[in-house]
Amino acid sequence: MESTTENSTMENSPRQSAATVGIDPSIVSMVDAIPSNAPVVPVMRLKDVAVSFNGKVAVRDVTFDVGKNRVTSMIGPSGSGKTTLLRALNRLHDLTKSAVVTGSITLDDVDIYKGGIPTTLLRTRVGMVFQRPNPFPTMSIYDNVASGLRFNGIKKKAFLDDAIEHSLRAAALWDSVESRLKVAAATLSGGEQQRLCIARALAVEPEILLMDEPTSSLDPVSTQHIEDLLTSLKEIVTIVIVTHNMQQAARVSDDCAFLLMGEDRAGELIEFATTEKIFTNPTDKRTLDYIQGRFG
Amino acid sequence: MSIEAAVLTGEPETVGAGRARKRSAGSDVPYRILIGAFAALIGAVLVLYFYSIIDQSIPGWQVAGWHFFYGTNWNFFNRQYGALPLIFGTLITTTLALVLAVPVSIGAAMAIVFLIPRRARLAVSSIVELLAFVPSVIFGVWGYLTIQPWLDRTVQPWLVKVFHHNWPFNTNGSGFGLMLGSMVLAVMIIPTITAITRDVLIAVPAELIEGGLSLGATRGQVLRRIALPTSRTGIIGAITLGAARALGETIALFLLLGALDPNHPFPRGLNSGLATLSTEIVANFGQLSGTKPLGVICCLSLVLMVIVGLTNLAARLVVRRSLQRLQP
Repeated sequence: MESTTENSTMENSPRQSAATVGIDPSIVSMVDAIPSNAPVVPVMRLKDVAVSFNGKVAVRDVTFDVGKNRVTSMIGPSGSGKTTLLRALNRLHDLTKSAVVTGSITLDDVDIYKGGIPTTLLRTRVGMVFQRPNPFPTMSIYDNVASGLRFNGIKKKAFLDDAIEHSLRAAALWDSVESRLKVAAATLSGGEQQRLCIARALAVEPEILLMDEPTSSLDPVSTQHIEDLLTSLKEIVTIVIVTHNMQQAARVSDDCAFLLMGEDRAGELIEFATTEKIFTNPTDKRTLDYIQGRFG
Repeated sequence: MSIEAAVLTGEPETVGAGRARKRSAGSDVPYRILIGAFAALIGAVLVLYFYSIIDQSIPGWQVAGWHFFYGTNWNFFNRQYGALPLIFGTLITTTLALVLAVPVSIGAAMAIVFLIPRRARLAVSSIVELLAFVPSVIFGVWGYLTIQPWLDRTVQPWLVKVFHHNWPFNTNGSGFGLMLGSMVLAVMIIPTITAITRDVLIAVPAELIEGGLSLGATRGQVLRRIALPTSRTGIIGAITLGAARALGETIALFLLLGALDPNHPFPRGLNSGLATLSTEIVANFGQLSGTKPLGVICCLSLVLMVIVGLTNLAARLVVRRSLQRLQP
């Protein structure tokens, strides 16, 4: 009974406050009722993080905590450094010689850039799903999901079988591919391929799953499927998602980071708060302008 | 709906669309004729070529008969036309050259794409491409002047000693022969295979490589299990082009293979001399008299063409099979 009351007040209060600051109530209504009582446990902490290429700063001044089993979204217009920041979280910038990441990013209090954790191990703990579905084209559905485990030396078939069924179920794909696991992954539809990539990332049991605009190349129905999936996934994995789509951020995330390109064309963190607060009562005027669609 | 039907039913919009379509189709015709003519020209050249070479080879077949394919006594001047040693020579030189060249080429291409710093990459790539354009006669002369003396004085005596005159170093060579020919052939095809393999590896989408790394793969694992399998079609193509160049190579091998020993038509070891289909064509072409010897030369050409064609076909089949493996 108590929780029902709480939910209903939560449903109402954002709309009212939104109306007072002039935000489209249809966006606000998408904000999920947040389990407010659960204490937020930070699993990854960013402090003064900046990324630069060839000495040119792409994003800077980023400080926030990623809460365990929550969905954290990063929103902002093009060029605000969302993707650049996301790729710093599992050291994908290591591939680019000119990239320098400063500040500190800690995973369970270990700084991931100061040698506390091998990069390959870090990437099994912090997985990634990309903008476009990228299943390995020479591999079957089964082999795609198994690839991460195999990279890490797991060969036992029984274990792989089990992990693959489990991951595909978690990605809501098992029922449609169960009978054709040995078929090329490229035969799946775009939305299915993206869910396959989610299953592939989940198979190595990461603590955090980074998602870089995972629905931007998908049709609305597939997008809906992925969004539904996120809500159930956060029970097993912490999610950080970059999205161009404000409504999507409002629908799926618990916390929200708003980034914006500064005058020197470097992105910076403007505001980090619960999604509810960002979308109903943001502190910074620029956040409000963005939410109201004044730019971007 | 056809234009006539549209006119009959009197739908103005459809009629208009029909006219526009007709105009654009009209402007297409000269273009179609032009490219069709070019395509037909290539077909015509090919047909003409095969017709003339088959036609010219008929006197040759009349002299040589089936003996051509299984006979081992090749001596052009004595009119002994058993070409099996030549077919074998062509296949063995190419096979050995590929055995030497393929690992080096793929390794070099992988290094260029994934290992060498970006600034040095262009320089290394340019050198490889330059090597691919060096005419084969230059490789032949280089092998003749530089590698042959080295093999003759240093390498082969040492190998013969180490192997105690056992196979494959059972003969005291002159430097010329199978070993020299295959080595220089390998050097000739390495740039070709490397350059194409490099292009194929560069084309592997970054998102696949990042996808692999994001699962905790090492760079080596990404190379072996993602980049190489993804590019296998192109790499097979690169090897096929290298093989085609090796099979048809004439002048360099003519300079380097030494002489075919009539007592041992098949090379007894890596130091032995031998001949290939193409070297025999060039060796005898200037000294022809009469249609029958010319016919035999045309037989050699035809067999060489068929071998190259079959190599190409085999490569296509390998590619198709590797692509089909995953289909439902």
